[in-house]
Amino acid sequence: MATDKLIITRRGFGIGLVGGAAALALPLPAAALTVDQARALVGRAIADVNATINSGKSASAMYGDFERIFSRYADVPTIARSALGPAARSASNAQLSAFTRAYQGYIARKYGARFREFIGGEIEVTGARPIKSYFEVISVAKLRGQAPFDLRWHVSDRAGKDLFFNIIIEGVNMLASERTEIGAMLDRRRGNVDALIEDLKTA
Amino acid sequence: MMAKRLMTPFTLSNLIHLVTKPSLLACATVLFLSACAQKPAPSGITDPLEANNREVHAFNLAVDRALLRPTAQGYGKAPSPIRQGISNFANNLDMPSDVVNGLLQARPHNAAQNTLRFVVNTTVGIGGLFDPATALGLPAKTTDFGETLHVWGASEGNYVEVPFLGPSTERDLAGKVVDFGLNPLRYILPSPEGNIATVAAAASSLGDRHRYSDTIDSVLYESADSYAQARLLYLQNRRFELGQTTGAAADDAFEDPYEDLYGN
Repeated sequence: MATDKLIITRRGFGIGLVGGAAALALPLPAAALTVDQARALVGRAIADVNATINSGKSASAMYGDFERIFSRYADVPTIARSALGPAARSASNAQLSAFTRAYQGYIARKYGARFREFIGGEIEVTGARPIKSYFEVISVAKLRGQAPFDLRWHVSDRAGKDLFFNIIIEGVNMLASERTEIGAMLDRRRGNVDALIEDLKTA
Repeated sequence: MMAKRLMTPFTLSNLIHLVTKPSLLACATVLFLSACAQKPAPSGITDPLEANNREVHAFNLAVDRALLRPTAQGYGKAPSPIRQGISNFANNLDMPSDVVNGLLQARPHNAAQNTLRFVVNTTVGIGGLFDPATALGLPAKTTDFGETLHVWGASEGNYVEVPFLGPSTERDLAGKVVDFGLNPLRYILPSPEGNIATVAAAASSLGDRHRYSDTIDSVLYESADSYAQARLLYLQNRRFELGQTTGAAADDAFEDPYEDLYGN
């Protein structure tokens, strides 16, 4: 039920093959992430998201599901660190891990609230390609009553396993948006990371 | 008084200067001979007018809260097919303007597709109330004079937030001013019908405010800094629309958070 929402088109498969060939031409370590693995990771994440959206669960139960999906498929510590920006360099390890935990819940609530818009829609992977040291998986989101829009996932294995670290919706990238938001929240607290962590728990 | 104060850094002479830059004129004259050299894709934010822009943003927020948002909520109570019909009608009336821009951009394929759309939707789609063209595989190639300026080689200029209109850049604002007079229908339709186009466009904007209310509300009312968030969203999305986020230079502009962590 969930996986049949994910349609890999013939065109997408072709692009995947071309991307695969390009990946082979790059001087990557033997065990490195391939374009197909990046695609597969995003495919699994989309299947899980589709299953949750169409499960008919309550909104609060869905937030829990989204938080689990996010922590399973996304590199949360790296996203959190990037969102915190320059302040991450001077933060202690204890502060960083407390921030990461608070941030994960915050993200699940913030974006989980928006996933209702995906009910009855589908996301289709159409291609993948290498960029610099990571991969971009390209998908199209088709939501009810809306023109299809471009949804891209940046996937890396630098954290030790295949995980996505950025989502780009019609050119708007999540890392940049999150850094702006968390930066503004930190400014409100005059740079106090502990106060920011407390704010995130209730935001 | 207020509008004057808000608009001071962005004067008409700036606008004219932007549109009549020698490189632009030269570009326009050779437009049909060759595509103009593209500047490297912009990255980052150029916002020297930030203090003033933030005042405009506060003004726009007040307008949205007091007027636009409640009106859009009321408009949202109208049956969905009626709202869709009005939106289709307004979009259809914009098509001739998109055709002109397509030609100015030397993109005859887009201009032809938009022309065909306009013909199909105006006739089969009963004056544009319905959109059979999209179902026939002729989706709108939406464009504007800001994009035309981009094709002619204009860079985006400073970021500006415009009273009532919201986020823009100097280039895109200049484009909006030109677009206002560019639609041939404005000159063809007699005066009461011409007003219908303006009314339909306003209603269609209300429909958009309603349809994307979750997204717009989250940016305007749930962000820690709604000005910075709106600016980022506009610039990133606009560069994406203009095709400035593809290619090797754009890939370099994308960030790799692992470079920071592990070096490269």
